[in-house]
Formats: sequence, C-alpha cells, structure tokens
Amino acid sequence: MYLYDEIDQRLVDERVAQFRDQTRRFLAGKLSEDDFRALRLRNGLYVQRFAPMLRIAIPYGLLSTKQLRKLADIARRYDRGYGHFSTRQNLQLNWPKLDEVPEILAELATVQLHAIQTSGNCVRNITTDHFAGVAPDEIVDAFAWCELIRQWSTFHPEFNYLPRKFKIAVNGAVADRAATFVHDIGLHALRDADGAVGFRVIVGGGLGRTPVVGQVIREFLPWPHLLTYLDAILRVYNRHGRRDNLHKARIKILVKERGVAGFRREVEAEWARLKDGPATLTAEEVRRVESRFTRPAYACLRDIAFPKSKTPFNAWRRRNVHPHRQPGYAAVTVSLKKTGVPPGDVTSDQMERIADLAVRYSFGELRVTHEQNLVFADVQQAELHGLWQELRDLGLATPNIGLLTNIISCPGGDFCALANAKSIPVAEDIQRRFDDLDYLHDIGELDLNISGCINACGHHHVGHIGILGVDKNGEEWYQVEIGGNQGRTTISGANPGAYPGSPGNRGLSPIGASLGKIIGPSIARAEVPDVIERLIQTYLALRDSEHERFVDVVHRVGIEPFKKSVYGHPDQTPADRRAALAA
Amino acid sequence: MATLIKHRRIVAQPSPPELTLEPADDPAAFAERLADLRVVAVRFPKYADGRGYSIGRLLRERHGYKGELRAVGEVARDHLELLAQCGFDAFELRAGEDVDDALVAFDDLSENYQSTAAQPLPLFRRRAVA
Repeated sequence: MYLYDEIDQRLVDERVAQFRDQTRRFLAGKLSEDDFRALRLRNGLYVQRFAPMLRIAIPYGLLSTKQLRKLADIARRYDRGYGHFSTRQNLQLNWPKLDEVPEILAELATVQLHAIQTSGNCVRNITTDHFAGVAPDEIVDAFAWCELIRQWSTFHPEFNYLPRKFKIAVNGAVADRAATFVHDIGLHALRDADGAVGFRVIVGGGLGRTPVVGQVIREFLPWPHLLTYLDAILRVYNRHGRRDNLHKARIKILVKERGVAGFRREVEAEWARLKDGPATLTAEEVRRVESRFTRPAYACLRDIAFPKSKTPFNAWRRRNVHPHRQPGYAAVTVSLKKTGVPPGDVTSDQMERIADLAVRYSFGELRVTHEQNLVFADVQQAELHGLWQELRDLGLATPNIGLLTNIISCPGGDFCALANAKSIPVAEDIQRRFDDLDYLHDIGELDLNISGCINACGHHHVGHIGILGVDKNGEEWYQVEIGGNQGRTTISGANPGAYPGSPGNRGLSPIGASLGKIIGPSIARAEVPDVIERLIQTYLALRDSEHERFVDVVHRVGIEPFKKSVYGHPDQTPADRRAALAA
Repeated sequence: MATLIKHRRIVAQPSPPELTLEPADDPAAFAERLADLRVVAVRFPKYADGRGYSIGRLLRERHGYKGELRAVGEVARDHLELLAQCGFDAFELRAGEDVDDALVAFDDLSENYQSTAAQPLPLFRRRAVA
C-alpha cells in the first residue's frame, strides 16, 4: 500500500470540504444543475436511472483491508449493503443520497480513499496489472509509477477540463495485463541494456463507440521525462482535441485526424520545450514514493508440488491460483463471478469476510482487477487449501478465472441511465447455460464481455466474444462480436497438470490487442445463450488441439464459419434462425 | 453585470484588454507583441472549455508575458483556483456569480502537486528542499 504523507492527506481533506461547500451551494440554489454536474462528476457522483451513483477510486486497484472494511461499512450505512467493482478497478455504490455524499467522502478520507476524478472530462483513475509486484514476468514494479502519475494527475490545473475523459494504464510485465493498447495513454515500463527504467508510450487507443487499438509514439522514454512527456501529450490534446462533438472528442480521434506521425511531431515539439524543466522527475522523488509503499515480509519458503488428482481444490487451483515471483507463494483470484450474482458485485458482509481472509492469508492487502475480481497477491502455497475452503464457504471460489463464465459486464439497464439494454441478466443466462465445469474447462480460455450500450464499459470490443446491447424500437437486442482480445496476456493453467508458472505454463498469448468483428444482425435476448453455444460448438469442431483457444481459432480461420453456424445463409429471417437454433 | 476581481479585490473601473485571445488561438502568434501589453484577456466561451488554461500557461511560462492576464467569459467561482495556477491574475466573473463566495475561492486547496505557472517548482521539488 502507498501510505499518504501529511500533504496527501490534507489535499484529500480539503477536497472533501470543497465538495461539501459545492453541494451546499447547489442545494441552496446558488449553483445551476449544469455547473454542479461538472463539479460532482469530478467527485465521482453521477445521477443514474433510479438514484445517484458514487464511483470511489481505488488507485491502481490496490486496497488495504482497513479500506475494504470502511467500504463495507459505508455500503451498509449509506447504501443497500453492497458495492460493484468496475472495469476501472473502482467501486461503485448505486444508491447513495446526494446530500449524504460529502459525508461519505469525509469517511473515505479517514482511510486514505476518495472519489477524485473518477468521472468527468479529466484524467481518471490510473489502472495497472493486478499482479504488479508479484508476477514472475515482471520487468518493473508498476505501483510507484502509478502513484507518481496519480499525484501528477490529481487536480492538474491545466487538464481539469479536457475535451473528454482520459484514461491511462501502466503495465510493467512482459505480458500486458492492463489492456494498455485500449487506453488513451498506455505505458509499458521497460528496462534498457543498463537496467534503467523507461516507458514505451502508446496513444489513441480506446473502446466506446469508436474502438481503436492504440499506437506507439515512443519506444523508450527514460523515466525522468515521464511527467513532462505526459504534460506534452495532454497539452496537445487539450488545445486541439475536438470539442464540437462529444462523440469525436477522445484523443483517439485527434490521433486519427493528425495521423500517428503528425501527432507524434506535435507532441515532440511541445515536449522539446518542457523537457528538463522543473517537472522532470528526480531519483530522490522516485525513491521517496517507492519507500512509502508497504511491502510484504515474505518467509523463506520453497515451492510446493501439488498432486494432479481431479479434485475440486485442484480445479480451483488451476484456474484461480497464479504464479508468484517469491518461492512458496502464489497469487489467488477471488472470483466475483458466481452464477446468479451480478459480475463484480460484493455485499458488505462479504467485504468484511474478505478483509478478514486477506489479513490472515495475504498481509492485509488485496487488489481489484479490471476483470472485476479481487486478488490476494501474497498467499503461502501451503495455505492455499485452507484459503480455498474458506472462500468456497463464502461463494467466492468459483473456479472460472479465464473461462467463459468469468464474464466482464457493466451494470447495464438495471442501473445505468445510458444503457440501451440490460447486461447482468444476459450474463446470468450465459452462466446458467455453461454451468458444467468439465465442459467449461474443456472449452478453455475465453473472455466473454458484455456492454449494455456503445459506451462499452463492459469492454465488449476486446472480449473473445463480445456482446453489445442495442435498442431497436424500444426492445432490447444484442449484437455479437468475436475475435477481440485485450492484449498479449499470459495464458495460465492451460496445461491441466501444470502449476501456473511451472514449465508447463504456456506463456504469452500469440495475439496482441485486437477488436472484435460483428458476426451479423443483432439477436433477441432469449437467443443469446443458444448463439454462444453455436459459436462454441463451431470452435470445438475447428480447433487443432485443446491448446488452441477460441480467439486463436477466430484469428486463424476468420469469422465466416462462426457466422454461418449462427445465421446459416445470409438472408435468413429471425424465425428461420430461431428454428435452426432450436434444432 | 460582470465583476472583475484581482488580488482578491473588486476592481472598480477595469481598463479594457488590449488583446483578447480566443480558445483556438495560438499564443505563439502573439509572442512578439506581448512585451508591450499590459492587459491580455483569454476568453472562456463555456464553463467546461479548458483550452484557455493551456493558453494561460503558455503566455506566462513560454512567452514570458508579465502583465495582467484576465480570464473572461464563463468564469465562475469554482474555476478560480485552477485559473490562478495557470497564470491568470484577474478574473471577470460571469453575471450572477456571488462575489463574496468568489473572493474565498483561492484557498480551497493549499497545495499543488504539479509544476504550474504560479508555482513552477512541483511539490516534489519543494518537498526535497524542505
């Protein structure tokens, strides 16, 4: 955990007082609805379909048990006893009362949490690899760099009113577990031949209504220049990004209009004037921030060889346990994807129990993943069995990480004012259809992502299967894409006998970040599970071996066979399709 | 009526700006003239149009403008602290703003992490000295 110093704390406290005053002025009629909107969004407060929604920042997904207990307590006292972990590693409360939000923020500040810049057209929460600091393939621990960027972006006076929201992700490992190619800025922490840290800088990626894979504008930016380079990119974007059309305002549109070479020239010209200026980072500052992170005091242990027998524990271990750089330790994903529970939702009671477990098994810390699960990063292998039993009792040990039922889903039409269609019930229908674990494991690694509208909060464009809710004359329909991929991730546990990280582990995904292709006309909600089944059957018939994943097959053979399996001939009517699916 | 505040006081009879920059203007185009000007305004056409913040910093930090830098247009109480950090020292409040509220707006936050026009040394460099 990063521990605030006196100034970090004071700023968060002052922000609470500032927002309290803004809320007071709004309720007194001294601030218009529109003006207050800009201010409340910068404190995470939306007005949703049924109630306000408060998005609490969990910087780079790192959370202490003290903070989790506070979140549980807040959810119980100010909300309905549960929270929703989002794809930006944040926590959303769906039912707070507007006039109580300043009080909630004040309580958050007591445990070094806040909701600063979790919404609005400014730099949002910095996200990273949920295995930062523990992954065997790590090059640079991303956390300190995330915190340096968090401080740089917090209340940045020049960039508080950007053309549109701005998302930055940092990845410090060989595998990209932070989806850096679909962010406004993606940063890969690297080392040069001498071991000095630098960053590959990627710009202009993003999802939403115009999904784009980002492009590299600098292969290696030495670390002292990180903040001046970010300043240069943001300044070019702030001055020249479009403000006339909300849907063309993201940086990806500017990069497209200028061309990546043209955009790079502008950024480099701006940076030439900022380079080596006062915002240049110092070794002392990097050390200072690093030293404010608590680190686990590992015991000196050896890796354990687990038996390969087919037991429920081993099924969980193969999917939900991940390799660790420290011998004798493992990282564990706490699955928030149990069938029947909205993806990412956790009750206050569960949060408290999870906090207890994190204290006993993982040094009192945990992480939130962009796939809407939680991670205990530092568990002794010898204690995995005990932890598994306790998680199972809480309904948090579904062995489905990386599998089809580990669905990423936005809150959708059940909560969100923007949604065109529901997403949570669709996720549940799919989870119910694929409830056979052996079948699920046989299908292998598959990311299935659902968004309830084109804003793509459920990252459907980068799901191996992506589902998008659309509105057709007031009815909910669903468009299906295949072949998307979040990035060059690690394929874990694909070899059923191997402990992740052992030589049996297959390493990197052969496919980098890519966007899914739509397979055909949208389908009715009731048809979704059948269509997924068709896609899976097609995949199983086409794969070379169980090591070839669904997405690999789509990239090898294209979408045609899949399209055909769902739609038959091109002018098939919906009635034909239903008959075919039912057969 | 719009009220101009400067140095935390109301200016009774403001002099008109000698130059007003629009959000799409490039400050570099005016660089040569800046040394002779005493009042330059930057217009904020909308509450959430943030281009002027970059213009302010460029005028101060890159082009060395030393005179009065006035924010005009949709300038409201909750912008003031950010504007001041970006080099503005005069603020023509939009009609309807509560002037008393505005005069205390500069103290909402006691620190800035960043290097800004008002405080070129970022917090980490000042921390290092302290």
